[in-house]
Amino acid sequence: MKTYNSRLEKISLAVFPYLWVIFFLAIPLVILLKISFSEPIIGKPPYSDMLTWMDDHVLLIKVTLINFFSIFQDDLYVFTYMNSIQIALISTIFSLILGYPVAYFIATCDPKWRMTLLMLIMLPFWSSFLIRIYAWVLLLSPTGIINSFLMHLGLIGSALPLGSNSVAVIIGIVYCYLPFMILPLYASLQKIDPLLLEAAYDLGCHPFKAFCKVTLPLSYKGILSGSMLIFIPAVGEFVIPELLGGPETLTIGRILWGEFFHNRDWPISAAIAVALMILTIVPLMIIQRLQRGDHEAS
Amino acid sequence: MKRHKSLQLAIAAGFVFAFLYIPIIVLVIFSFNRSAVMGKWEGFSFKWYTALFENKLLLDAAFTSIQIAAMTATLAVILGLCSALVLVRYPKIKGAMLFKGLLATPLVLPDMITGLALLLFFVGTEQLLGWPQGRGVFTIIIAHTTLAMAYVVIIIKSRLEELDPLLEEAALDLGAKPITVFLKITLPIIMPSLLAAWLLAFTLSLDDVVLASFLAGPNSTTLPMYIFSKIRLGLTPEINALATIVILFVSVCIAIMGVSLYTSGRNAPKPR
Repeated sequence: MKTYNSRLEKISLAVFPYLWVIFFLAIPLVILLKISFSEPIIGKPPYSDMLTWMDDHVLLIKVTLINFFSIFQDDLYVFTYMNSIQIALISTIFSLILGYPVAYFIATCDPKWRMTLLMLIMLPFWSSFLIRIYAWVLLLSPTGIINSFLMHLGLIGSALPLGSNSVAVIIGIVYCYLPFMILPLYASLQKIDPLLLEAAYDLGCHPFKAFCKVTLPLSYKGILSGSMLIFIPAVGEFVIPELLGGPETLTIGRILWGEFFHNRDWPISAAIAVALMILTIVPLMIIQRLQRGDHEAS
Repeated sequence: MKRHKSLQLAIAAGFVFAFLYIPIIVLVIFSFNRSAVMGKWEGFSFKWYTALFENKLLLDAAFTSIQIAAMTATLAVILGLCSALVLVRYPKIKGAMLFKGLLATPLVLPDMITGLALLLFFVGTEQLLGWPQGRGVFTIIIAHTTLAMAYVVIIIKSRLEELDPLLEEAALDLGAKPITVFLKITLPIIMPSLLAAWLLAFTLSLDDVVLASFLAGPNSTTLPMYIFSKIRLGLTPEINALATIVILFVSVCIAIMGVSLYTSGRNAPKPR
């Protein structure tokens, strides 16, 4: 059987993408790490050099740990990280609560409707992330639809602060990321063998109990993937908390943005980013390990 | 799955569908509201749409975004196609693990981190090599391409894996050179996936706020950046009109993408 074995083809195809990801992903991430270890200074660029050649052939390597100490010791940063995780967690749970019935409904309905229903779920998702968040800003803002309508009817005197708090942020995250929960759930639900449920009913099991003991455990893979697909991006979200959150809704994304663009403190932004990376990579690796363990077991 | 018809389930699902659609429907309806006050409906009007076309800042930003998106999509598909070909045909190539990991990184990392890292990189290279001179359209394209590649590779790779190898082998056996095989056999078959990947990359680029904000220069405001800053300043009815147009545009792109992927999947010769 003729197989592809041309070295020339292999190298010429691989070289550009490979160089691209090395230059525009690997190296930048290393630089990010490096700058998290430097100090902010007035100047261009606004961070101190890590390596400096001194006079008699001495290379001075300066690794400043102050950024990381600030992050771990300053109450503001600790609170912000906890807040981000909390918001992301609550959003994930609500997505699960809202998404499971939909996924179950689609998985159990007439097969000829399934494709259409899935498309209907995905359609709002395809109409621009930013605009969908804007739709909620429009609804909840002090000059937005709900407030204007209520004021017009004379039911309230001044605007209700609906659109600038953590609840609005959670609504926004759930609204934007819900399809990420529904799709994996649907995928794992529709793989469940219907005979298993029938067996449970035949043995006299109440439908709800059958759900808890058969369907739910068998769909845990979908629950896990869906949750990861929502939790991990939600922790680092910026746009949603910025547009739907109030001054006290502190998330890592907003802090990072503020430190970088407003305080011009690049090293601490880098350190916040590195800490955020660790925060998101660790759950991911745990999940990968669990999933690999599953594959080996089965 | 056993078809367990439950009314409560259907109602619950119905609520979620309503939750997903109502905000957008409200947005679209109010874009035609004659009144500038959001809560009062004063009649049907196109005036906010015509106001959009007189807004020069907006039109510039839209044009910039479309340029960036088109370049990003093309570059991402070219690079993504090469990557997918390498990963499918030479899976044991040296450094495959690192390559796959790096390609998937933008999918996993929050885009703030990718944006910040790239910005720091460009500042560093500007210092060392004098390039790039400040940030602008060019750096945004690089950032968007890096992000889009992750998605493009997934789409093209899965299509290539479904491709029947016998088709290419038959051509090779008949004496065709590998390049001819690629141009006349492989490419036409995977073309719908390439189109879908192009459209996906295009919409990803068109929708991005964070990467663009980090990597934009003084003259390269993108449409999402413009929209974002306008929303922060306050609500105006023009944004509703703009939002409706964006919804329509992006939906059409994705619809085309969905149809191409669907038909390419149906017409694919099944491996024997």
